[in-house]
Amino acid sequence: MDKIFEKPESIRDAGTHYCPGCGHGIVHRVICEVIDDLGIREKLIGIAPVGCAVIAYDYWNFDVTEAAHGRVPAVATGIKRSLPDRIVFGYQGDGDLGAIGTAEIIHAANRGENITIIFVNNTVYGMTGGQMAPTTLLKQKTATTPSGREQKIHGFPLKVCELLSVLPGVVYAERVTVHSPQNILKAKRAIKKAFENQIKGLGFSIVEVLSPCPTYLGLSPKDAIKFVGEELTKEYPLKIFKDIT
Amino acid sequence: MKEEIIFAGFGGQGIMFMGKAIAYAAMNEGKHVTWIPSYGAEVRGGTAYSMVIISSEAIASPLIKEPTICVAMNGPSFRKYETKVKTNGLLIMNKSIIDSPAKRKDIEILNIPITALAAEAGDHRIGNMVALGALLGKRKIISQESLINGLKDIVSSTYHNLLPVNEKAIRKGFEYGSR
Amino acid sequence: MATYAVGVVIVAKKVLMCGNEALAEAAIRAGCRFYAGYPITPQNEIPAYMSKHMPEAGGVFIQSESELAAINMVFGSSLTGTRAMTSSSSPGISLKQEGISYLAACELPSIIVNIMRGGPGLGNIGPGQSDYFQAVKGGGHGDYHMIVIAPASCQEISDLTMLSFDLADKYRMPVMILGDGILGQMMEPVEFKDGTKLEIKKDWILDGCKGRKPRVIKSLILKEAELEEFNLKLQKKYNQIKNEEQRCEVLYRDDSEIMLVAYGTPSRICRSVVENLRKKGKKVGMIRPITLWPFPEREFKKLAKNVKSFLVVEMSCGQMIEDVKLAIDCARPVHFYGRTGGEISSEDEIIKEIENING
Repeated sequence: MDKIFEKPESIRDAGTHYCPGCGHGIVHRVICEVIDDLGIREKLIGIAPVGCAVIAYDYWNFDVTEAAHGRVPAVATGIKRSLPDRIVFGYQGDGDLGAIGTAEIIHAANRGENITIIFVNNTVYGMTGGQMAPTTLLKQKTATTPSGREQKIHGFPLKVCELLSVLPGVVYAERVTVHSPQNILKAKRAIKKAFENQIKGLGFSIVEVLSPCPTYLGLSPKDAIKFVGEELTKEYPLKIFKDIT
Repeated sequence: MKEEIIFAGFGGQGIMFMGKAIAYAAMNEGKHVTWIPSYGAEVRGGTAYSMVIISSEAIASPLIKEPTICVAMNGPSFRKYETKVKTNGLLIMNKSIIDSPAKRKDIEILNIPITALAAEAGDHRIGNMVALGALLGKRKIISQESLINGLKDIVSSTYHNLLPVNEKAIRKGFEYGSR
Repeated sequence: MATYAVGVVIVAKKVLMCGNEALAEAAIRAGCRFYAGYPITPQNEIPAYMSKHMPEAGGVFIQSESELAAINMVFGSSLTGTRAMTSSSSPGISLKQEGISYLAACELPSIIVNIMRGGPGLGNIGPGQSDYFQAVKGGGHGDYHMIVIAPASCQEISDLTMLSFDLADKYRMPVMILGDGILGQMMEPVEFKDGTKLEIKKDWILDGCKGRKPRVIKSLILKEAELEEFNLKLQKKYNQIKNEEQRCEVLYRDDSEIMLVAYGTPSRICRSVVENLRKKGKKVGMIRPITLWPFPEREFKKLAKNVKSFLVVEMSCGQMIEDVKLAIDCARPVHFYGRTGGEISSEDEIIKEIENING
């Protein structure tokens, strides 16, 4: 019998700590498939963020470090500038990239650092217990917006790809989602391109991935997927915001 | 020997540089030196000073409370430092722009038209070199030639065309100071 | 003679350089190949020098968007095995504390330079020593230490900067060079010694897992027992450093009745005081800690046997004095004289203080 599906070499054989229905595992797997496809596992350094994905190194079978909250792009800069022929990618959540680390992401992008950033947007803080994220939708209830996010109090949902795509240092910015098999394949194509850009030395690439967090959306895994597909994509349209590669 | 020198004046009069120039030349003569600037925003436009210690022995404190020599390039610095010069010390003051006379009787005063002499040498902006020349004319801390020879090392090569006029200014000051 | 960096022929043996520039040049000679920093007075000559000479040495210079970014760039560079450094002054060092804690936790060799100015808050750009506690007690969170080195001249800045890189690699930890505005700005003759002779195989770096198992450099240790075990391992290393790396200079060890205690710029002034009083036959000496952490406790304990009292002189409201008291178990009276806000103690003030102690 032909083997048609197997664990990528870049993924460790470990049980998951992510909640049922969480999108992180899918994103991890997609990244690792891309790494295997491109044959870059042995020249790769990944950077885990602070947030639910902090222990991504338990799943990733390549060199990984872990940055302080929000500082992934600065750490990536230090690594890539010191070892320009290695492949460096950062994995960040919405709090890490969109709140505490906005200065770092904007300036790494604006310097046109030749790195790849995978940005997982699930509109809520998972690790700390479901608080508001910078990307939380208006009216969305969280642990710190019990009556729903109000613009007058909490501001607007932050549009990261839209923001970064105006910077000349950014060569590629695309938003994708992992709420359906079809979209997962699209996400894989985007992530692959983001790595290929770095291999070619083209500059800063970011892929924003909309991802379900059933636990803190207060939804079943099935409804969380529906929420991502129907609600999140309205606020955060799926598209290539920039591609000058 | 040990000389504790304060150079003071407007930012832009080359106060930092005159300190560096004499410290560098003294180092090349094998002496111990320290140079401390007034640093920060005050360096441009405001009153600037630099402190130089030149000694035949290792220098402990680089700070100067009572200078043995003070070069006051403008009125405010003259008013600030006249009282601080050590008894039997030397005060060189820029007659070209300081109106009031010195009051101290227990120190040596060299009141010299620094800016005017600089203009005579070819550039009114290099009064600092005139003052250094005059200082070495009065006090043979180091040789005039060490100072002149050192300039090419510490001046950016972009300005090496100005070295001859600087040398002229130093010699002019030296002559004045030696009288 | 504008250029002194590696690969450039030195015209004279001694060069006249300000402390900040001497530090930067010594770092490059010690093999530093990554520098990131954010401008702040009075240390701006360091990034300026690095921006010019680091590329000549084949290294990386980055003017970062913030001190936070700078220290985290150093984190990234260090984990590749590169000798990496950042510099700042007091307010900027506060911003770096997060990163320093992570560097300590991940056991990443790195050099952090603090050319201290007046504080708290924005303070001023005058010289200060009020970041002593922050430096030696651990300014960031967690049970960690940095080696803290306190030079007192441009020559020492050069020599100790080179040493700092070796210590950082040897013990795999951040080392802080703690200077002050005067030391950074002051020019003195410097003779650069040869760089490192230390050969350490860095078998822990991340550079891609080709031909070996993947490595992880991290500070998250979720299991209590494991984190405790890790912290105890750090403490073991710190104890080894306390045993092996205490450094200080003592003037008139044998017959001093009053021992001045000072580091950095105040130690220069105290040296003058001691020499002047000695000429008058007064039995005054000085101990100058060169490592502030580890604090030179052994020497203090020895001195406490014969010295009648200590006078600690700082450009702060009294910080190192606590370590002096701890070092001698308060076995002798420990007096304090400090100026702050960018002010510096004069020789006269210190002499007056000594007279007061003598009664």
